[in-house]
Amino acid sequence: MTVPKSPRTPLTVLAGVGAVVALAGCDSTNAAADGPIKVEASDTSCAVAATTAAAGNVTFEIANKGSKVTEFYLYAEGDRIMGEVENIAPGLNRRLIVEVPEAGKYQTACKPGMVGNGIRGEFTVTGGATRQDDADARKAAATKSYATYVADNSSALETETAKFADAVKAGKVDEAKSEYARTRVFYERIEPVAEKFGDLDPAIDAREADLEPGQQFTGFHRLEKDLWSTGLQADSPRIADKLLTDVKDLVAKSKDLKLSALDLANGAKSLLDEVATGKITGEEETFSHTDLWDFQSNLDGSKNAIQSLRPVLQERDAALVSTLDTEFANVQALLDKTRVGDGFMYYDQLSPVEVKTFASAVDALSEPLSKVAAVVAK
Amino acid sequence: MTEVSRRKLFGYAGAGVALAGAGVAAGVGVDRIGDDAPASATASTVDFHGAHQAGIVTPTQQNLHFAALDVTTNDVGKLRELLHTWTAAARRMTAGQEAVAAGAVGGAAEAPPGDTGEALDLPAADLTLTIGFGPSLFDDRFGLAAKRPPQLVELPSFPKDKLDPARSGGDLCIQACANDPQVAVHAVRNLVRLGFGVTEVRWSQLGFGRSSSTSRTQQTPRNLFGFKDGTNNVKAEDTDVLRDQVWARPGDGQAWMAGGTYLVARRIRMHIETWDRETLDGQEQTVGRTKGSGAPLGQTGEFDQVDLDVGGAGGVPLIAPDAHIRLASHQTLRGARILRRGYNFVDGSDGVGHLEAGLFFLAFNRDTRTQYIPMQQVLSAKDAMMEYLQHTGSAHFAVPPGLTPTSSWGDGLFG
Repeated sequence: MTVPKSPRTPLTVLAGVGAVVALAGCDSTNAAADGPIKVEASDTSCAVAATTAAAGNVTFEIANKGSKVTEFYLYAEGDRIMGEVENIAPGLNRRLIVEVPEAGKYQTACKPGMVGNGIRGEFTVTGGATRQDDADARKAAATKSYATYVADNSSALETETAKFADAVKAGKVDEAKSEYARTRVFYERIEPVAEKFGDLDPAIDAREADLEPGQQFTGFHRLEKDLWSTGLQADSPRIADKLLTDVKDLVAKSKDLKLSALDLANGAKSLLDEVATGKITGEEETFSHTDLWDFQSNLDGSKNAIQSLRPVLQERDAALVSTLDTEFANVQALLDKTRVGDGFMYYDQLSPVEVKTFASAVDALSEPLSKVAAVVAK
Repeated sequence: MTEVSRRKLFGYAGAGVALAGAGVAAGVGVDRIGDDAPASATASTVDFHGAHQAGIVTPTQQNLHFAALDVTTNDVGKLRELLHTWTAAARRMTAGQEAVAAGAVGGAAEAPPGDTGEALDLPAADLTLTIGFGPSLFDDRFGLAAKRPPQLVELPSFPKDKLDPARSGGDLCIQACANDPQVAVHAVRNLVRLGFGVTEVRWSQLGFGRSSSTSRTQQTPRNLFGFKDGTNNVKAEDTDVLRDQVWARPGDGQAWMAGGTYLVARRIRMHIETWDRETLDGQEQTVGRTKGSGAPLGQTGEFDQVDLDVGGAGGVPLIAPDAHIRLASHQTLRGARILRRGYNFVDGSDGVGHLEAGLFFLAFNRDTRTQYIPMQQVLSAKDAMMEYLQHTGSAHFAVPPGLTPTSSWGDGLFG
């Protein structure tokens, strides 16, 4: 594969080769010859050979020396994903080329086991086109960034749904139960995208109470009922197969979806509306009570859409960005209090006071979120 | 002791004010206490008698107290007697009198007053009292099974329903509408009181602010979404439509229901907070009308004909496929219409800081099976507005025809 060069800025990557050898590169700012910035990832560390680069295309070469599958990310402010490479198996080297047109503060991250916030490091980009882009280019960048997020989550959704369906079909109830909430994470993060495809969202995610006369009860919640309430049914394997087929269909369709910046803004809001009307009431996961998993996922999806829009928003309404940061953090802090292991409390374990606190925090976040679309549309 | 009329004691609104409707009538009445202006006996009363019960095509009053009751006795005689008693009390109260003669203050000092008294200073405020019979009244308790009209079905489960049994059903209902909330509450309270031992309240609902108009003399009110509601409602002046779509006819099933109608009550919770975060454009597309004038999208005046095909950019219809007015239109519903008489409600908050608010939907139609039910099936399944709505209560009643000065609510049913 050829390495594209930025038309604006000559590629001058400042890689400290010596630093890689010394494995001391985390805070190294050594300037060196052109070439990829070496990243040595282990299960507990993330040694990036240089922490500065000039704007333009920046190339990282990641070597996984650890024992877990890892990922590497470059984040802009607000955890906006500039570029990423996933599924780096132990022993493998992978290359990430990322276009960074603007100077500013960025972060690198390795994610051993592909979970969590990752092992972060500061990364500074200098020169380049600082805040010169016109609004359209910023919006285009936003949708591109969000499209990456959608692609990642839909691919993970397909993988996890396959595992979940297999467990159902094998009659492994406990395993299927533990896969259930984990799988839905990826769906709930990109739900506004799923809702773009008329019949797929109801086929995958309809609640029993919402069915129309003559409509078949399929998808996640049907299997949720089977697993938690009625026991697996004769047609459960068929429902599981259909779910996987529908998810694959969704993943394929989402690849061709063209989203606008306004779609992102509205999607971010509608994800929180989902929380306000479905999760706060505990209606979404009637049988499993895993609403808080969905809640976190909706929040993730909303936050990501806003992060993609961040450069546009920052320029036009910095105060709104600051409010959103505060309110997102506030809701996250409340959710973090309900964490149990790598999951959450069950919804029916929450006290009425806790539910009210969640509802208030979601309102406080949703209200400024509802203003984003108008700012983006300006 | 002479009978005390609330009006005779305290005076009330002058002629013509009733048409202006609303609390104005009641307000003026109170202001005129002690005034020497001659009292007009009809200014704020609605005739209790007629071919149809009052409170259906009567220009919708501002306030509602609706109660659904269960009959607690198996003695059909007691039920029949209660309906007589209720009719007499309703006849008095809708005329601006106390529930019973010498009720609030004219009785024996040793006895509790026969009328609860909280409407003593108030004019009739256009009070109407309307009664209905639920499907459960026609079970085997009272030998009424053969009298059950075929139109009085149990409502099916509609998509997205989240019905609370404590807000649904009932053997009987009393609809009290008035332009003063206290008058409506007083009327229900006194009828309920007269029914102790025979009936008990199953659920009730207060409504404020009519959310539809039933007469061309009325302005179209706004619902809690801030939109004009009921622009295309069937109106009292549409006598042909009323005949075809609202009033039961002799050949419709049960002869005793001729001149009556069928009442559907639905408590519809509105997710006010998420609606308030929807863009103006999104709100208007959801409804299919502009928020300011109430004009259908593509038109300029509220009462302009709805053009479901009017094209926007690229030939896309301005009124979306899932817009509320498209799906609720009689064009879409093959001509089916209903007379709506809904009220806004706010029952405080829901415990998580959101308004427990919405629309208490009351509608009258000639055959619920072919009018309300197919309409609601389409709306529940497809209406974009359902994203902001949840139906939490549901009931269905047969509303018998109107009364003469000597007849009683139970006459057709037991005759």
